[in-house]
Amino acid sequence: MSIAILPDDPQLRERFGELKPPLTAQAAVIEANRCLNCFDAPCTAACPTHIDVPGFIKRIASGNLRGSAMRILDANILGASCARVCPVDVLCEGSCVLHRQNHKPIQIALLQRHAMDNFHASSRKIPAVPRIQNGPRVACIGGGPASLACAAELCRRGAQATIIERRPLPGGLNTYGVAEYKLRAADSLREVEMIQKMGVEFRFGVSVDSASVLRELEAEFDYIFLGLGLGAMQRLGIPGEDLEGVVNALELIAGYKIGHIRQVHGTVVVVGAGNTAIDAANAARRLGAQKVYMVYRRSEIDMSAFIFEYEHAKQEGVQFLWRMQPLAIKPDAHGRLQLETVQMQTMNGSLVPVPNSQTTIDCDMVVPAIGQSPLAQLVQDLRGVEVRDGRIVADRATGKTGNPRYFAAGDCVNGGREVVDAVAGGQRSARAILQSAGVTYA
Amino acid sequence: MPDIRIRGFAGGINSPNPFWLASAPPTNTGEMIMRAFDAGWGGAVWKTIGEPITNVSSRYSATDWNGLRMMGFNNIELISDRSIEINLREMMEVKKRYPQHAVIASLMVASNREAWHDIVARTEDAGADGLELNFGCPHGMSERGMGSAVGQVPEYAQMITEWVKEKARTPVLVKLTPNITDIRAVARAAKRGGADGLSAINTINSITGIDLDTLTPRPNVDGKSSHGGYCGPAVKPIALNMVQQVMSDPDAALPFSGIGGVATWRDAAEFILLGCGTVQVCTAVMHYGYRIVEDMIEGLDSWMDEKDFKTIEDFRGRSLPKVTEWKHLNLNYKIVARISEQKCIGCDLCHIACWDGAHQCIHLDRESGPVDGHIEMHPIPAMSEMQSRAAITETPVSRKERATAGLGSDATPLSRIPRVDETECVGCNLCSLVCPVDECITMVRVENGLQADTWAERANDARETRVQRT
Repeated sequence: MSIAILPDDPQLRERFGELKPPLTAQAAVIEANRCLNCFDAPCTAACPTHIDVPGFIKRIASGNLRGSAMRILDANILGASCARVCPVDVLCEGSCVLHRQNHKPIQIALLQRHAMDNFHASSRKIPAVPRIQNGPRVACIGGGPASLACAAELCRRGAQATIIERRPLPGGLNTYGVAEYKLRAADSLREVEMIQKMGVEFRFGVSVDSASVLRELEAEFDYIFLGLGLGAMQRLGIPGEDLEGVVNALELIAGYKIGHIRQVHGTVVVVGAGNTAIDAANAARRLGAQKVYMVYRRSEIDMSAFIFEYEHAKQEGVQFLWRMQPLAIKPDAHGRLQLETVQMQTMNGSLVPVPNSQTTIDCDMVVPAIGQSPLAQLVQDLRGVEVRDGRIVADRATGKTGNPRYFAAGDCVNGGREVVDAVAGGQRSARAILQSAGVTYA
Repeated sequence: MPDIRIRGFAGGINSPNPFWLASAPPTNTGEMIMRAFDAGWGGAVWKTIGEPITNVSSRYSATDWNGLRMMGFNNIELISDRSIEINLREMMEVKKRYPQHAVIASLMVASNREAWHDIVARTEDAGADGLELNFGCPHGMSERGMGSAVGQVPEYAQMITEWVKEKARTPVLVKLTPNITDIRAVARAAKRGGADGLSAINTINSITGIDLDTLTPRPNVDGKSSHGGYCGPAVKPIALNMVQQVMSDPDAALPFSGIGGVATWRDAAEFILLGCGTVQVCTAVMHYGYRIVEDMIEGLDSWMDEKDFKTIEDFRGRSLPKVTEWKHLNLNYKIVARISEQKCIGCDLCHIACWDGAHQCIHLDRESGPVDGHIEMHPIPAMSEMQSRAAITETPVSRKERATAGLGSDATPLSRIPRVDETECVGCNLCSLVCPVDECITMVRVENGLQADTWAERANDARETRVQRT
């Protein structure tokens, strides 16, 4: 089965133009030449997938672009999307030693993108690896970064891997959940296509939602890797949440990325202050909302969004309402919504409403964005796989769970981190699976 | 204000400063030279005059390095392609309008006495302040028995210098080729022939590179190339060495116009410190234009002021006594590297350079505790890399995690600040050369209580011992 390609959408392209345009070939070489080529480089250590950063950068400088891309892919099969979505300020670029020399770290993300764009544009393939005789067969549940990395790593070492995805498109949040100006759905799909060409099999539209489906998978496969990610967006738990016009952040983002939501209008209120909340708020602005408020029950210093995301949202024209808690959503007489809120304050360490501080915000859309709930329902059915605080309990170094046939990594284990963390976890799990199956590799 | 004027160089050439343009494309025409004088150049050696030639296209190629253009520059252009008459008419015009500036005629004609007598007379009539005999051009002209074909044979060089001196009334400089085993041989020949001064180096035989698509070396002339002459910043160390060789040899030393990679006042100061009276510049001007001379003048001026040198003569040749033969170097002089903890940014290039390129004495053991001793006492670099790649790293997502992430803007972690094992350090300088931070690694003298000792002295002592035994 070939992966469906999203049709080009000029309106989407225009409204969600890339935040960081790619480097030109010469700019990339100039930047690559700035890299000191540190020994045992801190950028490599800071990367969860330990990409040999100076290694790929110096290959750009020498004109060995093919080698550069392979250096990246060896460590991180989703090198192209990580180059776009990684919070490099707190990872590789944040640890660049040049901070201490002239305060100008190497633009590692843009260089990585340069190498990967070139690779994808060149129609080069990752060299095929012969299948191991009687090697393990592995089902990777979930089509997001953790499963993709696990399956790709298995495949690169000669094992067989099948990705089971409930949605029609693969890629998980890379395809459906990242702001389009950072990572285009089409670019995510292109990357998945590369993994498919390596020999990874895909099954779409298959929900693993019952013990019987699991039993069938157990019969067909030797190992099951859980790359489930997180579950649905958490509900606000207030009256009116199911009204038309209440669209959670992931629905909004996925909706515009695959063309279901073409535009929004009027006033949009996003509830929450994490990175996804900011993506949703910026999306609402770009889709046409005149006013976008972000409502957060705590203060500015408590918000979980990265600082650069917060700054970006302010530039997009998003307005922040701090210490405000939604109480109810009501329809008004003109088909709009009214969000009732109350001001919050901290007393004796706990958050309490300020008396008589209720206000009502007239709006056209309310976007809950207070995090994803874990996929607790399904995994409770998994025999021998412990779930604690909504997360699957798995060893970080190997992805091993309490059940020797089950491995897990990514958001469903770590509670929700970055794409690069999921890739690292998936890759480590793949190696542990092979080790468990008695496959030795160099 | 220091006085940087040049007075009576090589027996009579004056110029407002020691910065001359070398005989090359920037001195192709009178119009160009007059613009150069307006920009501040003190003198110009006219693009070599002789029977006009036909040039090829293309003519130049370069060696870029690490993103920088023209670290080295190569040309296969010949001498002036304009007639002797036009060149000399323009020279007369330049001298009339710029009487204070030095105009030197570079000359190259067939190797017969009459031809040289004729060209000498005509250029001096045109007003040249001096003559420079081009015995250096390494490409094209040498195939016709001129240029470096003369400069590589001391007898030819002496003979032609003598012919010129029979006729010349102005100072005669001989321009030497570096494409020879020992440049002093020709310098001595020129001196024997009566030359008033020398200039060097001319360009070095070179093939700068090959186009990896067409497999044709550069510069490409209709699918073929030919060796050219190399110059630019890359050749400066070679030029400095040759200047020192000549200037330290009493049979060769003459007033010297230094050439080879001069691009800044610093380069000029170095040539002068080895005895040059003037310097000549070409590649830097071909790269950036005549305007670079402004900083050359200002920079030299302010450096002289700082060092309290009143004239060029106050420091000319001052570094010559500081160059000696290896056998006279003090074998008991001991220095070791010291790494500044405050300045170190943690790139650890000194560590890998010392391990893979020197003597395995810079270690990453600040956290684990110092271990002095030979290589087998320490984990090899590949071990450190393996360990950090085996570590599990996660993106710091919460505010608390981010606060303790140890990002680059914070102080360098101790684990990344290398330590020098001074018991093993041989004082080679390599670490201080690779360190990207100014004054982070310094080489410090270690007092070992030993008297100065040299190889020459040791050899001498050994000989005396042998003599005593017999």
